[in-house]
Amino acid sequence: MPDTYDVAVVGAGPAGLAAAVESAAAGLGVVLIDAAGQPGGQYWRHYDENHARPDDRRGHHGLRTFTRLRERLDVLIGAGRIRYLPGHQVWLITRGEGGEFTLRLTPTTSPATDGTDGLSRAETARALILCPGGYDRQLPVPGWDLPGVMAAGGAQALLKGHRTLAGRRAVVAGTGPFLLPVATGLARAGAGVAAVVEANGTLGWLRDPVGTMSVPGKGVEALQYAALMARHRVPYRRGTVIREILGEGRVEAVRIARVDRADGRLAGPEEEIAADLVALGWGFTPSLELPLMLGAQTRRDVDGSLVVVVDDLQRSTVGGVYVAGEATGVGGAALAVAEGRLSAVALAVALRRAPESSREAVTAVIRRLRGEIRRGRRFAAAMHRAYPVPVAWTRWLTGSTLVCRCEEVSYGDLVRACRDLGAQDARTLKMLARPGMGWCQGRVCGFATAEIAACLNRRETTAEDLRPLSTRSLAVPVTLGELAALADDAPGG
Amino acid sequence: MTADLVVVGAGVVGAACAYFASLAGLRVVVVERGALAGGTSSAGEGNLLVSDKEEGPELDLALYSQRIWREDLGPHAGLWEFESKGGLVVAASDEGLASLRELSVHQRRCGVEVRDVARDELRDHEPHLSPGLAGGAFYPQDAQVQPMLVVAHLLRLAREAGARVRTRTEVTGFLRDGDRVTGVRTTGGDIPAGAVLNAAGTWAGGVADLARVHVPVLPRRGFILVTEPLPARTIRHKVYAAEYVGDVASSDAALQTSPVVEGTGAGTILIGSSRERVGFDRTVSAKAVGTLAAKAIALFPMLREVRAMRTYLGFRPYCPDHLPVIGPDPRAPGLWHACGHEGAGIGLSAGTGRLIAQALAGDEPDLDLTPFAPDRFPVAEEALR
Repeated sequence: MPDTYDVAVVGAGPAGLAAAVESAAAGLGVVLIDAAGQPGGQYWRHYDENHARPDDRRGHHGLRTFTRLRERLDVLIGAGRIRYLPGHQVWLITRGEGGEFTLRLTPTTSPATDGTDGLSRAETARALILCPGGYDRQLPVPGWDLPGVMAAGGAQALLKGHRTLAGRRAVVAGTGPFLLPVATGLARAGAGVAAVVEANGTLGWLRDPVGTMSVPGKGVEALQYAALMARHRVPYRRGTVIREILGEGRVEAVRIARVDRADGRLAGPEEEIAADLVALGWGFTPSLELPLMLGAQTRRDVDGSLVVVVDDLQRSTVGGVYVAGEATGVGGAALAVAEGRLSAVALAVALRRAPESSREAVTAVIRRLRGEIRRGRRFAAAMHRAYPVPVAWTRWLTGSTLVCRCEEVSYGDLVRACRDLGAQDARTLKMLARPGMGWCQGRVCGFATAEIAACLNRRETTAEDLRPLSTRSLAVPVTLGELAALADDAPGG
Repeated sequence: MTADLVVVGAGVVGAACAYFASLAGLRVVVVERGALAGGTSSAGEGNLLVSDKEEGPELDLALYSQRIWREDLGPHAGLWEFESKGGLVVAASDEGLASLRELSVHQRRCGVEVRDVARDELRDHEPHLSPGLAGGAFYPQDAQVQPMLVVAHLLRLAREAGARVRTRTEVTGFLRDGDRVTGVRTTGGDIPAGAVLNAAGTWAGGVADLARVHVPVLPRRGFILVTEPLPARTIRHKVYAAEYVGDVASSDAALQTSPVVEGTGAGTILIGSSRERVGFDRTVSAKAVGTLAAKAIALFPMLREVRAMRTYLGFRPYCPDHLPVIGPDPRAPGLWHACGHEGAGIGLSAGTGRLIAQALAGDEPDLDLTPFAPDRFPVAEEALR
């Protein structure tokens, strides 16, 4: 029987790092599980620390926060107060009779390269703080399956994690402020950035007085990006979308068109721009496999993403399960750190580890973090309203545009399943036409499929459309051999 | 809105009944509280099996359904990916093989095609089978369909024949004239009808309760594992262990697992089957999925390194005597049932629909419905509820 930790923190990005460090500081026994080889998550992704160069962290924001968390993590690991398991993914969480959680882990990399035995392992904990983060949200567009088309975050990850430029002449497209660091990062690394193609107006969030005032630092960040864009002479095309990605066998150009400001209907003349890299991002999709597996209640957020419902102590609707960071609503690193910290402090109080003498101090910390989170949420909501996915985006599709690339399901297939076969919701659509049934299990096409199901049935997208495409019975694929091991060591189930 | 027939439930059985009743000229309305095939119909493998059935009324219905699938519905087979892939039943031990041979003697007498497969011929049928098996039997009639497509297309064809389908419409009660059922009350209004058919699958007991009659349908949970796509024809047939037949017929509430492995058109391998009576619990059971994986590996050792992409679960509509409930309910004239097909509903739906349509039209059905009578359960069965 393995030791039971007070808390298992899943994810070592901004939220998870803060949660783990704060939990251990409060005296809890912590296991920190992360898919990556080194901490930081997507936001603070950096080159292999064993071969670091001074300029690896250029362009990183909030680096002081990261450095401080990182130092505390190292100290707590050294003191045996945090068990840190990098390179592992949680693929199943089950609950025992006593309410404790059993987490099944599988190594991220193959056993041949990471030196471990490659077998899955299990850890048990009394409580969970889930900080699974998110990834780029994608909308299908004709030609998006050509080599040379990437997620904006993917292009950035290659730069930050591997010092690799994914192309020489890039177009960065979609919507949202995240396009700017991707474009300036590529430009600074030596790529030509032919254009940033932004579907919405620019700097709309600066016009939202309440939202913007909530987090003043963000305004400065925006001005820095604007200056960088100017220095690298990156054209910024507003109210414009990629209509089609062109090329024989790989990306050669994009065709862009102006769209109606109100709903995103194609409105203007088209134009071709040569490119060998297209980086696409339409906001972010939170990773909800683990909270959904545990039965946590979810809702549709301002940006249209499915997110976990939490209370003002980061508690989900499932007892003992706290959730922090993007999974509770996309809002960026600073907000995620505050949520991670609050969940840890709240858990320590719930487990009565906060000493009586410091009760007042703890109350003050909770009050301060709640305020920070409230302001962060307000700012995030303002951003989401300024950079929505255009309502009419499905009108950009043609019958042959692939929506699900794994199973090669086209928009036309989805139209037929709705019109002829009576699919009225995303789950039925998935079962009839197979979008989201392939390798990625709907991670890429899930949002688009849910929106298409709703749009073809002439109604708004709901959480019920998003849920079946976000739920995964196994959080990551595992071999049948690993599954078979459950038969022996799972008492009752 | 009035109808000759209201079908409660848009699963595969309801869809087949609506289709055949519409073809027979009845004005049909299908009411479904959720979405098309939202219950057990979308939670199985889509099997049309004769191999797993012992001599008796269920085998008769399975053989009759085979005919309906291949003849009456034959012209539409491509719509729902009908594949006559055949089933291979394998025995691990000589004793297991002996009982398999005995089962097949009885099955042949009833009209099932069975070919004995010797130990050294097994791998001609399935190259990746474990070498240690004692022998098997091949059932060429076993077939597979994509059940969601069956439901959607049967309902589309029924609509073209005049039927109406109301999803997100829940039955809340029955219209009565004395004992007689004269329609349904729904969340979308009352629908007077000449007859009402309860095709609510695992939830049919609750619908029967609304009519104050007892039909003992209980949920029997099953898990299926889905692997990553493999090259076509890696596993060619539906392959299962001889112990499966015994597990299907068992009434034990505890977990039973018998390996059932088959390829699909999409390249994924489906691995069943588990049975346990745990109510409508939807949490993933580590024990059940682990045992499924272990037993599948015992049949096909190459599966050990193959990855599972997902697992799904469903609730078979199970009656204490393992037979479906098909026909008019003498306790509430006007009320009919077509439910309780347990794990065989996809295969048995075609025959069930045809028989119900014949009986509703006042014709003598092709099969005697007496073994499936709704009032056959002793009152003591109440204790099971």
